[in-house]
Amino acid sequence: MNSTLYSLIGLAAGVAFILALKGLSHPKTARRGNLIGAFGATVATLAVFFYGAPLNNLGWIVGAIAVGLVIGVPAARKVEMTQMPQLVALFNGVGGGAAALVAIVEYLNLGAQATTAEVIFTVFTVVVGCVSFSGSIITFMKLQELMTTRPVVFPGGRFVIAATLAATLGVSVWVVVALGTTPLLVLAVLSLIFGVLFVLPVGGADVPIVISLLNAFTGLTVAASGYVLSSTLLIIAGTLVGASGTILTRLMAEAMGRSLFGTLFGAFTAKPQEASGSAEERPVRSGSADDVAILLNYARRVVIVPGFGLAVAQAQHTVRELADLMLSKGIDVAYGIHPVAGRMPGHMNVLLAEANVPYDQLAEMDEVNPTFGQTDVAIVIGANDVVNPAAQTTPGCPIYGMPILEVNNAANIIFLKRSMRPGFAGIENELLYDPKTMLLFGDAKASLTKVVSALKAL
Amino acid sequence: MDAMAIISIFVLAVFVGFEVVSKVSSTLHTPLMSGANAIHGVILVGAIIVADHSKTNLELGLSLAAIVLATINMVGGFVVTDRMLEMFKPKQNTSGNGESK
Repeated sequence: MNSTLYSLIGLAAGVAFILALKGLSHPKTARRGNLIGAFGATVATLAVFFYGAPLNNLGWIVGAIAVGLVIGVPAARKVEMTQMPQLVALFNGVGGGAAALVAIVEYLNLGAQATTAEVIFTVFTVVVGCVSFSGSIITFMKLQELMTTRPVVFPGGRFVIAATLAATLGVSVWVVVALGTTPLLVLAVLSLIFGVLFVLPVGGADVPIVISLLNAFTGLTVAASGYVLSSTLLIIAGTLVGASGTILTRLMAEAMGRSLFGTLFGAFTAKPQEASGSAEERPVRSGSADDVAILLNYARRVVIVPGFGLAVAQAQHTVRELADLMLSKGIDVAYGIHPVAGRMPGHMNVLLAEANVPYDQLAEMDEVNPTFGQTDVAIVIGANDVVNPAAQTTPGCPIYGMPILEVNNAANIIFLKRSMRPGFAGIENELLYDPKTMLLFGDAKASLTKVVSALKAL
Repeated sequence: MDAMAIISIFVLAVFVGFEVVSKVSSTLHTPLMSGANAIHGVILVGAIIVADHSKTNLELGLSLAAIVLATINMVGGFVVTDRMLEMFKPKQNTSGNGESK
């Protein structure tokens, strides 16, 4: 295969990736787009074999690919939709790790012949790739609950992070100046440590931002290694991913009403919430499944607001059953989806899609908010902060300024909760004490099942 | 490749990326993440290239590790994205044609 043909194939694969992302503009075209992307990636991979034929170490290369297939395909096939955030974090991490390894090998290989520009790009790839790798692994462990999901903060943490960052930058300069294997390996280790320290203080609810950011990081490392390897395809692919990660990060930060910096380093600067002085028990109205069913039976419009609790309880199928039952009774049903509900961008949409909820019932925040005034019942399932009116009314509270789903405008509100524990941000939700609110305690799935059978009996 | 060509490709790709991704419906943000993930798995191409010209056992070992990771990333990413997208369906006309005369 001559090099022109090889380059053209690379270009075609780049176009395939653009089409893959373009397909995602609508659910109808998304699947085809993804297949085009997969086809492009496959052809580009095969082209390397023909272009370089016969490749050195061919047996080893094919063997390594086989190992990757044996690990990757079953993992992707079997994963539960509720575990999707973990898997995406993991895949992102291994991509970053691969890019860092490629840069290290190329650096070892070039030795003293490397140009300064190549060394700078290598340093960038190693640092960001390693941060993405170790950061994603910690994110994975948090999501899989192999470790605490709370922010991990230790005394002087900010200074340790700053010192690690300074050391990483210092060693980066050392690598560029001294050109040795040892400094590069020191750099890799430091970057891995920095990645861990960087993600530890981030709490569970902020994970959507971190996942998007690490995704952008990995994209940029791939683009940088494209420079070192003179591969147009890697530059295009990496840059596209970098752009998509950047946009998602910005959207998620906006949806939380917080700056990116505040999210990442908030745990260090936040004042611990003083225990609320009002120790007195405030009355809440808790109801039974039958009460809820009666309320729903006479409603004309119901909006369902799912949160992370829905994923934890795996209640997506039951909620769909309830929605279908209401629809069959002529009740207008919509799902109100907050952009940061769950643990990754769009997490709720995937869960509900798995339960065969048609995507035209999934309403975005801007779409659904004006309709709460005409809504008879809002059912909040395992969500709290994203409906907390304190975000609009209490300046100074940690979520102040975060756009919320305005369920407080609905005529009735039903909260499905496991307990009175406040949401992730640790802020009291006044809505729970509102006279038009009814609480249904218990596991979301068990409660919904009871409501479904009670509603059927009516 | 000369630096100017690379910078041009990079800058144009940034704009194409922003343009295309900002049109992605928020319903599909999770598939976008995992799809974008799969795309950067194409680092596999780079891993194969460095494995090809590895001179020492260390280089070969590291590049084989890179191939394993990149394959997991690329193939796993596309498979899981496909699985997710398969689930996104519009309102089904289950009543279908049976009811119309």
